[in-house]
Amino acid sequence: MSGRLGISGRANRPGTSIMMLAQARKALNSKPMSVLIYCGVMYLIIYGCLAGAEAMGYNWQWYRIPDYLFRMTDDGFQWGEISVGLVKTLLLSGQAFLLALIIGLAVALLRLSGLVVGVAVSIVFLEFVRNMPLLVLLYLFYYIIGAIFGLDRYTASVLCLAVFHAALVSEIFRAGINAVPVGQWEAAKSIGMSTVQCYRYIILPQSVKFMLPPMTGEVVHMVKSSAIVSVIAVAELTTIGRNLISDTYMSFEIWFTIAAVYMVVTLMLSVFVTFMERRYAVST
Amino acid sequence: MPETQPIIEIRNVDKFFGDFQALSDVSLTVNSGEKVVICGPSGSGKSTLIRCVNRLEEHTSGQLFVDGIELTGETRNIRAVRMEVGMVFQQFNLFPHLTVLENLTVGPLRVRKISKADAIARARKYLERVHIPEQADKYPAQLSGGQQQRVAIARSLCMEPRIMLFDEPTSALDPEMINEVLDVMIELAESGMTMICVTHEMGFANRVADQMVFMDGGKIVEIAPPSVFFTKPKNPRCREFLDQILEH
Repeated sequence: MSGRLGISGRANRPGTSIMMLAQARKALNSKPMSVLIYCGVMYLIIYGCLAGAEAMGYNWQWYRIPDYLFRMTDDGFQWGEISVGLVKTLLLSGQAFLLALIIGLAVALLRLSGLVVGVAVSIVFLEFVRNMPLLVLLYLFYYIIGAIFGLDRYTASVLCLAVFHAALVSEIFRAGINAVPVGQWEAAKSIGMSTVQCYRYIILPQSVKFMLPPMTGEVVHMVKSSAIVSVIAVAELTTIGRNLISDTYMSFEIWFTIAAVYMVVTLMLSVFVTFMERRYAVST
Repeated sequence: MPETQPIIEIRNVDKFFGDFQALSDVSLTVNSGEKVVICGPSGSGKSTLIRCVNRLEEHTSGQLFVDGIELTGETRNIRAVRMEVGMVFQQFNLFPHLTVLENLTVGPLRVRKISKADAIARARKYLERVHIPEQADKYPAQLSGGQQQRVAIARSLCMEPRIMLFDEPTSALDPEMINEVLDVMIELAESGMTMICVTHEMGFANRVADQMVFMDGGKIVEIAPPSVFFTKPKNPRCREFLDQILEH
C-alpha cells in the first residue's frame, strides 16, 4: 500500500510543478502586480538619472523649457525655437520622402523592366547607396555635389536624404509589385493593356497593401535620419537643440525634450498608418 | 461565306523554355466561327499553344497570324491582337481590388477608350448574358468559383473580341459549379463566336466542337471532327487517352 502511494506521489510531482509555474505566471500577469513591477522599473531608471544629475551637481531648469515651445509675449502668441525646428524637420523629411518615392518607384520599375541597362543602372545605384554610411553620403552631397552645382545646405540635405531613402523605398516597391500574382499581369495583358496601364490600373493599386507597413517604417526612419543634417548646420530640430544648449547649458532638459518631440511625431505617424491599413484591408 | 475564312493560322511553330521544347512544329488553322477543342495529357503543350495565340508566350520560331496580323515582337501588333482575342484562365484571375462591374469596364474604358456610360451599359449587358446581373457591385472574393469564372468570361466579352480562348476554364471549379460555366460557354458557341478551348470536358467538346485536336509531347498528333475523333481515332496514344478519361 505504501509503495503504491509512493509511486502515485512521484507521478504527481511534475504535474504539480507545471501547475505552480502557471500560477506564478498568472500572478505576475495580474493587473496590480504588473503595475507594481512597471512602476518599480520606471522608478529605478528615473531615480538613476536624477541621482546621477544630483551627483554631478546639475541644476534642473525645466520651467524654462515651455518658452522654447511657445510663449505669450506683449506681441501675443509666438512659436518657440523648438516648434520652429520641428516644422523645419517635418518639411525637410516630407520633401525628401516625396522625392524618395519618385526616385524609388523609378528605380524599382527600372529593376523590373527586364532591360539589361535598366537593371544594371538600378543595381549600381542600390549598391552604391546602401553600402555607404548616411553621414558620408551627406558629406558627398554637400562638399562635392553641392560645391559643383552650387547647392545650398538645405537643398543638399533634401537631395541626400531622398537618394538614401530612395534605395530603401525602391526595394519596398519592388517587393510590393512582385507580391501581386503573375495571373493579374496575364489577365490585364489579355484585355490589351499596355505595361503602363497594367501598372497603373491593376498592379500598383494591389501592391499598396503590401507596401503600407514597410513604408510607415520608412517614413519614421526618414524623420529620424533627418537629424543627421545638423552636422552641416541646417536649422532643423536637432540643430536648434544644439544651438539652444550652447546658449543655455541646459543639455539634459533640451535633449530630453528633443527626444520626446521626435517620439511624439513618429508615434503619431505609426497610429495614422495603422488606421490607413485597416481602411485598405476592408476595401479589398 | 465568312465561315471558311481562316482567322487564326499557326504555321510550323516551335516553342522552347530553355532547353525544354514545349511545342514542336505545330500547325493549325482555325476558321472564323469555328470551335476547336484541344485535349491531351498534362505537359503536352495545350496551354502553351493557346497562350502563344495572344502572345502571353512568345513562340520561338514559325509564324502565327491572328485576324491577318502576324505576331512578331511589334508591340502595336500584339496589343491589336489582344484586343481581338479574349482569354479565360483556369484560376479566373479577376482583379480583386475592383468590383465586378469595374472588372468589366476597366478594359473598354482604358483600352478601347469608350465612354463611361457605354462601358457600364456594355458591362451590364454581358453580366446579363452570363446570368449574374445582380452581382455587379460585389467584389470577386464574395462570389463562388462558378460565378467568378462567369465574370471572367464577361470581362473578356466586354472587349467585344472576335476570338475567345479558354485555358481549362472548369479545372479549378467544384464539380457542382462546372455546368453553370459550361452552359455559358455553349451559349457563346451557339452565338457564332470563334473559340479555342483547352478542356477535358468531353461532353461539352462533343457538343460544340467542329474540330478536336489531340496533343502529346508538344505535337499535334490528331485532328478530327468529334464524330470521328471519339469513335475511331487513328493515333494509338490518343485512343489510350480517350479510353482513360471516358472510362468513368
